[in-house]
Amino acid sequence: MTRKRRRLIVLLACGLGLGSAAALTLSAFSDTLELFVPPSRIATDAPHGGRAFRLGGLVEAGSVERVSVAGQPAARFRVTDGGATVSVEYVGILPDLFREGQGVVTLGSLRPDGVFKAQEVLAKHDENYMPKDVADALKKSGNWHPETGAAPPAAALWNDPQTKITKAGS
Amino acid sequence: MIAELGHFGLALAVAFAIAQGILPLWGAHRGEARLMQVAPALALGQMIALGISFGCLVWASVADDFSVLNIAENSHTLKPLLYKITGAWGSHEGSILFWCLILAICGGLVALFGGPLPASLRARVIGVLGLTACGFELFALLESNPFARLWPPPLDGRDMNPLLQDPGLAFHPPILYFGYVGMAVPFAFAVAALLEGRIDAAWGRWVRPWTLAAWCALTGGIALGSWWAYYELGWGGFWFWDPVENASLLPWLTATALLHSAIVVEKREALKTWTVLLAIGAFAFSLSGTFLVRSGILNSVHSFANDPARGVFILGLLAIIIGGSLLLFALRAPKLGASGLFAPVSREGAIVLNNILLCSIAAVVVTGTIYPLFADLLLDTKISVGPPFFEATVLPLACPIFFAMALGPFMSWKRAALAPALMKLWWVALVALIVGIVAKMGMHAVPAFAMGGAAWMILGAFADIIERIRLFRVSPANSFHRLIGLPLSSFGTTLGHAGLGITVAGIAGMSLASETIVLLHPGEHAQVAGYDVKLVELHDAKGSNYNARVATLEITRDGRPVVTLAPERRSFTTQTMTTTEAKIHTNLLRDLYMVLGEEREGGAVLRLHHNPLAPWIWLGALVMALGGGCSLADRRLRIAAPTRAAAAKAATNKAARA
Repeated sequence: MTRKRRRLIVLLACGLGLGSAAALTLSAFSDTLELFVPPSRIATDAPHGGRAFRLGGLVEAGSVERVSVAGQPAARFRVTDGGATVSVEYVGILPDLFREGQGVVTLGSLRPDGVFKAQEVLAKHDENYMPKDVADALKKSGNWHPETGAAPPAAALWNDPQTKITKAGS
Repeated sequence: MIAELGHFGLALAVAFAIAQGILPLWGAHRGEARLMQVAPALALGQMIALGISFGCLVWASVADDFSVLNIAENSHTLKPLLYKITGAWGSHEGSILFWCLILAICGGLVALFGGPLPASLRARVIGVLGLTACGFELFALLESNPFARLWPPPLDGRDMNPLLQDPGLAFHPPILYFGYVGMAVPFAFAVAALLEGRIDAAWGRWVRPWTLAAWCALTGGIALGSWWAYYELGWGGFWFWDPVENASLLPWLTATALLHSAIVVEKREALKTWTVLLAIGAFAFSLSGTFLVRSGILNSVHSFANDPARGVFILGLLAIIIGGSLLLFALRAPKLGASGLFAPVSREGAIVLNNILLCSIAAVVVTGTIYPLFADLLLDTKISVGPPFFEATVLPLACPIFFAMALGPFMSWKRAALAPALMKLWWVALVALIVGIVAKMGMHAVPAFAMGGAAWMILGAFADIIERIRLFRVSPANSFHRLIGLPLSSFGTTLGHAGLGITVAGIAGMSLASETIVLLHPGEHAQVAGYDVKLVELHDAKGSNYNARVATLEITRDGRPVVTLAPERRSFTTQTMTTTEAKIHTNLLRDLYMVLGEEREGGAVLRLHHNPLAPWIWLGALVMALGGGCSLADRRLRIAAPTRAAAAKAATNKAARA
């Protein structure tokens, strides 16, 4: 085994490894990526055929109903970005951080009747209760202007104004 | 006053770090022994200064000094003492200081135990560590000062995120950080070797224990984080392919590759250049793991601070450290010299295969993690890369590793044959096949295949030991003798490989998990996986800084009582936040996992999970870390061996003279 041949074999093995990694990545990209769609673009951008995507916006205040779907506890609520509103149905326990009037991202697909069937509701422990994607979508649709209007306060302060702390220097 | 002392300690540490980053490197470059010799003292000085600084932060936290901004924002008088202490590294500022402290401790340990190293190598390693530390300590001092004052001080603090007030999470960051920062030492050795232009077996012998220690901590830290997510977040999942989780997986993958390739450097003096590159890569991933995510560039549940100024500083620092070391690598790597020859089918070949596959997995994970960022910036589309992507790409690449893992230890160095190794494993293959077929009866194809693979890995790992002690081929007493005589590192290999098998079995078992969501009124029953769950009653309870709603569940199976569990929902008074406290009953073969949701119509919404083999996921990680510990213990013996042999020789000489 000469040095040259060994190097060739190692290079071939590397190429095979990285090549298959690239092939796997590309093939998986085509059918596993989840698009983020705000309600106002759902008519144009939402994937068809029951493919899963992420719907994000604000939970419309007063829209949350606790219902029972096929004997299981469920929730119905509406998600809005100011421009349009989408009804969402979710079977399961809403996360701790789910609140009316606050940002939410849901993963699921659109039913033929126009109701978004959520498999997952992600109101994760982001300290602003405002998922980044939702904030960007709101800014884009012109319903939130961080430069002119005040930004939403930190999540911890939303329900209890008394604990507000003034930061040094601000 | 205490806070100012801490601030001063931090500034002092920066001064030490600057000196430590310049003098020894200059001394090693010019060959001046005196400049090289100051390195250990400076490293120890930096460690002590930062130790004092961090001690002051803990003190201020325990003493509820709310005039310190960091403490006012993250602590509260009612917070339990444990979390006041651990809260010191829970906040963004505190965690960066803690990161620096661990880096300084690593430097101090190299200074203390690096005596036997060649003087110039030691000076360079400590110098590189100093330069790295200097960058991050400057960041802590200028951009994220943990000791900034607040005036007027509030009467009480804002309290820590209740999700983080948990024993599992209290110790998750320090262990994980030891893993991340520990990779700085192999990195420093790699850069020092590039500066020296020389790598030999001794270098490999030094790098390996550090990599092993960091790898063990990383394994433990990731497992602890995953376990915390499992029981605290209440979703019943254990790995979400979140950017932060990926960011901890990447250094783990590269460190695992480094762990193996360093053996080749040490034993065979081959793969030198590659090992140096891996050491740089592992630390680069560690750095991005800690900072890129925390800077808020990647959208994640863990990003605490979204402060652009900090992000830019960190990005600059990362670019300098990673870019600089890669540039040095490009310039100097060709000088490291040719390495030993080996046939493709050999122990070295098996390790190269392991490295290629691990790096391919790392490449796939990197792509999936940063692709949304690129899609947002370049294509202006919002895209999420979720678990389906990672499952579709990582699994096919992991399968060959699982297969080769059992074979590797049976290969001999330099040149080996595949057939004899396979022959020795025939019974393992048979058992794995049976396990796979039995699993197929109750599972889908992929998990059943994984179960078979897990059996192959676990038994294959032990087959190595069985082969070495010649069990059933010599007398049991002889086998036992051989077992005792085996070096600890071979147990390390076995445990490490078997641990991964156990984890894989756990993950495969989780595919059988069943869950039901029910609305129960007190006195009503529900069924999950053959268990009968009865809601006995609901009541209120009070904790030190929260109020809880508790459901009492009586679980029986075929009329026999199994356990009584009391899942809670806690409302934290200061942060006005609710957390779900899932309650778990485990018998090591399955978890019963009960979550209390909201209450409606006088009843409670409950989520009942039955998770077969779930505990194995973390048990496997523990076994892996234990394996690393075994190898580490062995290594220390061997490093000490020459000195002991020399001492024994001196003693015999003395005896002979007397």
